[in-house]
Amino acid sequence: MISGRCAACKYLRRRCPSDCIFSPYFPSNVPQRFACVHRIYGASNVAKMLQQLPAHLRAEAANSLYYEAQSRTQDPVYGCVGVISLLHQQIHSVESQLAKTEAEIAVLNSLAQEPAAQIQENEVEATFNNFLLEQDIIASRRFSHPTYISSNII
Amino acid sequence: MPDGFCVYSPCTEKMASSSSYNSPCAACKFLRRKCMPGCIFAPYFPPEEPQKFANVHKIFGASNVTKLLNELPPHQREDAVNSLAYEAEARVRDPVYGCVGAISFLQRQVQRLQKELDAANSDLIHYACSEITTALPAPPGPSSIQSMAPRQRPIDHYDRIGMGNEGGYYEAPAIPTPYNLPWNDNPSGENNAAGGGSNM
Repeated sequence: MISGRCAACKYLRRRCPSDCIFSPYFPSNVPQRFACVHRIYGASNVAKMLQQLPAHLRAEAANSLYYEAQSRTQDPVYGCVGVISLLHQQIHSVESQLAKTEAEIAVLNSLAQEPAAQIQENEVEATFNNFLLEQDIIASRRFSHPTYISSNII
Repeated sequence: MPDGFCVYSPCTEKMASSSSYNSPCAACKFLRRKCMPGCIFAPYFPPEEPQKFANVHKIFGASNVTKLLNELPPHQREDAVNSLAYEAEARVRDPVYGCVGAISFLQRQVQRLQKELDAANSDLIHYACSEITTALPAPPGPSSIQSMAPRQRPIDHYDRIGMGNEGGYYEAPAIPTPYNLPWNDNPSGENNAAGGGSNM
C-alpha cells in the first residue's frame, strides 16, 4: 500500500507525486473534502483552477471551492446563490426593523423636546404612524431585493 | 452515449426549440457538435448568450453540468442552470473566492446592521425607562429598572433560532459562516491551511 497519498490521489487511485497540486489542500485525513469538490467540479477543473493561481492563494481557493461544492451538494438547485439570496432578505429585514426603531426614537425625541406641547393621544399616534410609513418607504428604496439574483454579484 | 444527451426524456421535458432547424444552442456551438432534438442544454443556453455556457463549461465542465441537471426534475433545471452560471461568472471574476467573497461581505453587513439595531433598541429602552422614571416616584432599588432591559445577545450564526421579535431583536436563521477573509475588519484572519479554513 502506497503511504502518504493525499485524499485526491487516493480517491483517483493513482500515485501521489511530490509536486501534487492537490496534496497541500486535500489531506488524506479529510477524504470527504475532495470527494465533494470532485463531484461538483471534477478533478481536472480543480487542478486547472489551482494551477492558474499563485501558490499563496491556492489554500483560500481550495477552501472556497469546497464551500461552494458543499452548498451545491446541500442545495442542488441554488447552491451558494441560495445563501446570497437569503442574506439579501435578512439585510432587508434588519434594515426595515432598524428604520422603524429609529422612527420610534425620533418620535420620542421630539416629544421629549416639547414637554409643554399639548399633543392629543390620537395626534401622537398619527404622527408616529406617518413617520413609520416614511421610514418603511425609505428602507424599501434602500434595498430592492430580487427573488433571484441574475446579474449583480453583490 | 455522448455528453449532453438526456439519460431519460419524460414527455414533460422542455423541447429544444433551437435544435431542429434553427441554430444550435450555445453549448453545442461551443462543443462544436450537432445540436440534437432533446439536447439537455438547449433550453437553458440559448445561442445569443455564448458567454454563459463558456463560463459554466470552464468552471464545472459539460459532463458535470449534464449530471447535475439529470438529477433534477425538469421544472428546477432553469433555476439550477442560472445559479450555476452565476457561480461560474463569479469564479471567473474572482478565481480565489468566487461568490464566497460576496457571501462574506453580506454576512458582515448583516452583523453590522444587527449591531446598529441592538444599539437602537437599547436607546429606545433607555428612552422608555426615562419616561417611566420621570412619571413614577423613585423605585426602592436599581434592580427593577435593570430587569426591564433585555439581555444583550451576541450574534451566533450557528444557532438555529426562531425569529422572535418581541423585543424588536432580529434573530437571524443560521447561515454557515465560511471563514475570515483577508480584508476583514479583524486583520488576524490568516490564510488557512488545508482543511482548517471552512467552518461549514
